Amino acid sequence: MTTVEKTGNRRLSAEELEAFGKEMDAIRQRIVADLGEKDAAYIYDIVKKQRNFEIAGRALMYLPVVGWLPAVACLSISKILDNMEIGHNVMHGQYDWMGDPDLNSRMFEWDNVCPSDQWKYSHNYIHHTFTNILGKDRDIGYGILRMDEDQKWHPYYLGNPLYAFLLMVFFEWGVALHDLEVENLVAGKRKLSDNAEMHRGIMKKVKRQALKDYVLFPLLSGPLAPLTFLGNATANLVRNIWAFNIIFCGHFPAGVASFSQEECEDETQGHWYYRQLLGSANITGGRIFHIMSGNLSHQIEHHLFPDLPARRYPEIAEEVREICERYGLAYNTGPLHRQLWGVFKKICRYALPDRKRPAAAGVEAAPALEGVAA
Amino acid sequence: MALDTSTSSVHRLGGRVLRSRTVAALASPHGIDRYLTRINPMLAAHEVRARITDIRPEVSAPGAPRVATVTLQPTSTWRGHRAGQHVSVGIDTGEGRRTTRVFTVSNTEGKPGEPLTITVRAHDDEHATPYSISKYLTERATVGTLVHLSQAEGDFVLPDRVPEHIVLISGGSGITPVMSMLRSLQRRTHRGKVTFLHWSPSADRQIFADELEEIRHQGHGVDLHILHTSEGAPYLSPALLEKLVPGYRELPTWACGPASLIEAAQAAYEGTESLKVEYFKPPKTAGVAGGEMEFARTGRTVTNDGATILDQAEAAGLTPESGCRMGICFSCTTNKSSGRVRNILTGETSELPDEQIRICVSTPEGDCSVDL
Ligand SMILES: Cc1cc2nc3c(=O)[nH]c(=O)nc-3n(C[C@H](O)[C@H](O)[C@H](O)COP(=O)(O)OP(=O)(O)OC[C@H]3O[C@@H](n4cnc5c(N)ncnc54)[C@H](O)[C@@H]3O)c2cc1C
Ligand code: FES
Repeated sequence: MTTVEKTGNRRLSAEELEAFGKEMDAIRQRIVADLGEKDAAYIYDIVKKQRNFEIAGRALMYLPVVGWLPAVACLSISKILDNMEIGHNVMHGQYDWMGDPDLNSRMFEWDNVCPSDQWKYSHNYIHHTFTNILGKDRDIGYGILRMDEDQKWHPYYLGNPLYAFLLMVFFEWGVALHDLEVENLVAGKRKLSDNAEMHRGIMKKVKRQALKDYVLFPLLSGPLAPLTFLGNATANLVRNIWAFNIIFCGHFPAGVASFSQEECEDETQGHWYYRQLLGSANITGGRIFHIMSGNLSHQIEHHLFPDLPARRYPEIAEEVREICERYGLAYNTGPLHRQLWGVFKKICRYALPDRKRPAAAGVEAAPALEGVAA
Repeated sequence: MALDTSTSSVHRLGGRVLRSRTVAALASPHGIDRYLTRINPMLAAHEVRARITDIRPEVSAPGAPRVATVTLQPTSTWRGHRAGQHVSVGIDTGEGRRTTRVFTVSNTEGKPGEPLTITVRAHDDEHATPYSISKYLTERATVGTLVHLSQAEGDFVLPDRVPEHIVLISGGSGITPVMSMLRSLQRRTHRGKVTFLHWSPSADRQIFADELEEIRHQGHGVDLHILHTSEGAPYLSPALLEKLVPGYRELPTWACGPASLIEAAQAAYEGTESLKVEYFKPPKTAGVAGGEMEFARTGRTVTNDGATILDQAEAAGLTPESGCRMGICFSCTTNKSSGRVRNILTGETSELPDEQIRICVSTPEGDCSVDL
């Protein structure tokens, strides 16, 4: 992540920002007016598939040996669908208009150790409001990684790749603990007592999740208990790795811009859209890939319109790209491997103290910008 | 019969297992009902759903809004109702949207799992929304339609021991709760006296006309007065009440109907504890205008005009979730980050920061900011 100039983007004038914002508002209004049967049918269908995978996963655990791998696969898919295309999106309020309590952002709880109400605060509010504003968006490096050159280097960050690896493996735990703002505790900006209630909430959810995945379902499978235990743990691990990778590709590939707090003071709606656009990156892929990523592969559209149903992002993307071209703004997209490589390089580079870099730092951004021209 | 009891005990056992903590833990975080509906939407451990088994027109006079009684067979989770209670009814009326409204349970008080009826008057065309539930139920619903219910709620009910002489007052579709009371009293073989005063515009718009006629013929301690105002009958007044029910101020009374009727009844019973009332719509008591009403999420601000926050939000072009619009269903619950609000039903005010409020029954007092 870098400042706007270094990403090769230009700053828009106040008038341009306003016009840009109007165009984005128009897209939003058109989609909102068009929401209906198809969107409802889509999410019901995804929920149905998720439940079927879950039931299949739990059931296949009873087939010794041959059943294990398919069981883990089904359960992993179920958890990924539950957390991403369903949970993440439902909790953004994308389906609140349907009036179905099961798909309501206030009531939904996901198959993840992070309690939904805490996640909604740190994600929907902090991250989506202050996206990529240094010192405000706590998703930049999740409080443990150095992902931006403006984060001051410290020998602690030599462990950047290791921390990233651990965060990936324990991602759901990382997300849950993230809300406790441990780094602010250490820095003395937060008191332990501030965390007491959250801590209780997390422990309650952790107990429930652990009880079913690591006690009850294993116990129910009798002599196969160790296998079931291992299978459930693996499914959680697979989900963790997948979610980490998709989410890190959303904000940390080369060419994504970060913003200073001053730039965003008294921000206009147009600048808000501008910041969301430049602070996010997409991943290209097929239909199944988009579904499995909760359409976070359309991170740009998601950040522009976080509460529109995710299935609309592909259609919105075409318009957004066209608008970007007209305004001369980069639309950061690329295949998974390339975006991941960009993230990986960043994790490693920022582990080390800053080198004095030549003025042509924009070179870093080149691969992502190619995506626009394509 | 023997078979009946054994299947019902199997049912009960199954219900107990499905509601057990172990099953809840296994089905966490979504709950067992999310899986049971996959098998059959009428299978539930906690939620209540129902199928429409009958729709009977009550009023279909030309020019008058249609009224129909809808019979519902609920899932075994329905805990029954007391006469006078209401239930939230959620229906998918198309376009992927479910709308929830509140209706009185109009039949005799019932036991768990027993069928219930609601008697619905179609909302007049000019004010109805495209997803009007009353129009859907009276015009489009068919036998077999699935609806989502709450449990029966509300404390506009008869006490277990009914006093010697009671008064029931209703107007228009407000007859539904008192009708349920009257029917229940007849089934309980209440020996005391019931005075029942009902106002309606005209005879051809009279809901439950045949049944009322029968009750009048039977007598059985029911003193029935139906007042058709378009045919010259007088409106409710203390003098009229005194004439029809001498000493009415001392008699336990239940009243339900349009705001004008309720207000007249309240004035007539002023200073007594005898009167209990039920509203179908929130009273139109305007709040205090002034200050700024901020809708923080959409960044809009309007001048507080004293209406409910829901009304002000809708007037500003927002579409917050709502259902009953009467403080019952909680679907409009919204976070209020700052400001003082008054609950128009209870008159209570509160000014805690970051409070969950029902915007359909809250009016702002001065500056106020909500997450809409
Ligand atoms: C305790 C209780 C018991 C009741 N019992 C009965 C009963 O037994 N029988 C009966 O017929 N009715 C009963 N009602 C009334 C019932 O709940 C409904 O209010 C009525 O049927 C109209 O509903 P609808 O869906 O047809 O209304 P709609 O046509 O959908 O309109 C509802 C109201 O909300 C407003 N509104 C809704 N959405 C918006 C929006 N987006 N913007 C602006 N305005 C909006 C409309 O203008 C209208 O005033 C009861 C109500 C209560 C509170
Ligand atoms: S709309 Fe039902 S409580 Fe407000």
